[in-house]
Amino acid sequence: MAHLLEVQQVSKQFGAFVALNDVSIAVPKGSIYGLLGPNGAGKTTLLRIINQITLPDTGSVLLDGAALQPHHIQDIGYLPEERGLYKSMKVGEQALYLAQLKGLSKKEAKERLRYWFEKFEVSHWWDKKIHELSKGMAQKVQFIVTVLHRPKLLIFDEPFSGFDPINANIIKDEILQLREEGATVIFSTHRMESVEELCDHIALMDRSNKMLEGEVTAIKKEHKTNRYEVGLVAENHDAVYRTISSRFECEPADFKTIDTQLKIKISLDTGTPNDLIGFLSQHAQITRFHEIIPSVNEIFIKTITAHE
Amino acid sequence: MSKLPLIIKREFLSRVRNRTFIVMTFLSPLIVVVMITLIAWLATLNEDAVKKIAIVDETGMFVQDFEDTEGVAYADYTAMTLPVAKEAVVAEELYALLYIPKTASTTELTTAVRLFAEESPSYGVLRQLEDRMNERLTAQNYQAIGLDATQIKAAQQEIAIRIEDFAGEQTSKMANYIKMGFGALAGYLLMMFIVIYGNMVMRSVIEEKTNRIIEIIISSVKPMQLMLGKIVGTSFAGILQFLIWVLLGTVLLIVGTLVFGTTPEPTVIDPAMAMSEATPNIKNEIIAFIAEVNKLPLGTLVTAFFIYFVGGYFLYSSIYAAIGAAVDNETDSQQFMLPILFPLILGVYIGFFVVIENPHGTVATLFSMLPLTSPIVMLMRIPFGVPIWQVVVSILILIGSIIFMVWLASKIYRIGILMYGKKPTYKELFKWLKY
Repeated sequence: MAHLLEVQQVSKQFGAFVALNDVSIAVPKGSIYGLLGPNGAGKTTLLRIINQITLPDTGSVLLDGAALQPHHIQDIGYLPEERGLYKSMKVGEQALYLAQLKGLSKKEAKERLRYWFEKFEVSHWWDKKIHELSKGMAQKVQFIVTVLHRPKLLIFDEPFSGFDPINANIIKDEILQLREEGATVIFSTHRMESVEELCDHIALMDRSNKMLEGEVTAIKKEHKTNRYEVGLVAENHDAVYRTISSRFECEPADFKTIDTQLKIKISLDTGTPNDLIGFLSQHAQITRFHEIIPSVNEIFIKTITAHE
Repeated sequence: MSKLPLIIKREFLSRVRNRTFIVMTFLSPLIVVVMITLIAWLATLNEDAVKKIAIVDETGMFVQDFEDTEGVAYADYTAMTLPVAKEAVVAEELYALLYIPKTASTTELTTAVRLFAEESPSYGVLRQLEDRMNERLTAQNYQAIGLDATQIKAAQQEIAIRIEDFAGEQTSKMANYIKMGFGALAGYLLMMFIVIYGNMVMRSVIEEKTNRIIEIIISSVKPMQLMLGKIVGTSFAGILQFLIWVLLGTVLLIVGTLVFGTTPEPTVIDPAMAMSEATPNIKNEIIAFIAEVNKLPLGTLVTAFFIYFVGGYFLYSSIYAAIGAAVDNETDSQQFMLPILFPLILGVYIGFFVVIENPHGTVATLFSMLPLTSPIVMLMRIPFGVPIWQVVVSILILIGSIIFMVWLASKIYRIGILMYGKKPTYKELFKWLKY
């Protein structure tokens, strides 16, 4: 698969502090790429390097196969974590200014802004000042400005922090729509569960290093432990548990049910799930059976602890 | 496709549209007019209060010499003894009591005269008293050795030296005052401009930080471009404000002339001056004043004023921008203000005390070359005639320093704008330079 963005062995140091240590990532064209990691992992520094706000000490960044050039800022739409707008400037004027800074002509910018303002039903905001708008309203304006110049690469740093659920959904849908139209999207966040379902590729970062990268499905396959969560109904729960635990590695599970059930997590070392189901059905009624797929969060914690 | 003009335009408009800017632009001239009127009025108030001085003259020689003047009235208390007179003066709340004791000789008398006063008397009053008594004693001395006082007075001459430079241009004593005035005004204006507009640049940088828009902007433009655009845009606002003031000043002057009449003599000359010999000279002096102003190197002065104005502003506002980037709010910026204010104030002081005393001395020359003080000090020196090479060297040093300072400031700026929630120290700023 062709890569839109390639970061190659980038390192960055601030004084004695190492912000990025030999980090490489490759973002496939048309993907939704999650850059995940706790606060202070170096995500924002990496994004700033991609946006040419900061220069790397060593390493290089390729966009569409070419080394980053000043003109590439037109190809990137970046919504930083620290985002705001001029408080005392009118919305329309401000959006025009920011669009022109991205290289759009005034006429073009106006036309596209009109389209987006109508789409979000905010045309009447044009002559308002930012401090007259609510936070959610201002965020819509920021989003419009980020995507207005139709960049190939969209970068959102902590995209949904501060959005109310309704706006977050609107924005999410717009982002997916833009991906359909050919844009590549990078989400950077420390709240991994918030983007897990959206991303098809992820990279995990921790303390200036990239720990893991790849397709989400592949990573999950790699990290799955063949464990199954089952719910059983039998006459004697203790007896059934003893029987099962004599053959399989078991531990109690916890999930909500409407009646009393035996809840177990079972590790399957050999054999197929069908074998397990067959075995269980001899002893009890099966009310629940599903494979435990690790969440990205769990994979992350596992990866980190494995390194320590 | 340059983005600098876009930034300059936005910065300029956001400055000019600001309500404070509009109010200050039109209110400041009014405030100045009110201030001047107030000062003038207070000054006349001061003169109105007639100072009453009681005199106990035991010699009886002087008391008739003290004639009332505009500001001082005399009362003869010789009939009383000194202690009684003292009590009377205190009781009547008079300004002072002059006591002239009887002495054996004139020489003794010169040190025996006393003035009793609650507050120390003004220099003018003291001078007046001494002059009166000196005149009387001198006349007496002339008489004692058989000289005719009136003949001596007639024989006295007063020389007025005219100053002329080697190019044949004439100046007068007044010229020096005019030069001082122009220099001081220019230097002071420059300082005010730098402080006011430098602060504007700083506030605008802080605003971008606190509004969290900075990262959005610098993902589109280089921090250096943003900083330069901000400085240039703000300077345009400053120049506009200045032009408006000049225009308003001219209009005010014209209106003033029309309202107060085209022949100002009757109102200007007060009775006291009319009585003195000065009357025929007033018109001449005004003409001379205008002539002197015209004789100043006005072309050079205006050009230099503009260059140093812009140069000094650029130098300092880049420092202001760096400080704005380093801090999160205006309160935190106080700790970094000293390096800005110190050279500015030093410049003004050197201008007022050194340049006026000795405009071409080593100190004045040195500080008119050093970049942080040169805009102010050189502006104050120029009216006194500075060799063109010195001006050129000073401007070249200034331009070099601006380039260096903008470069230095932009290094702090581009790190600082992305730092939040930290109150940096000088040490940290120094570290940022190396990132």
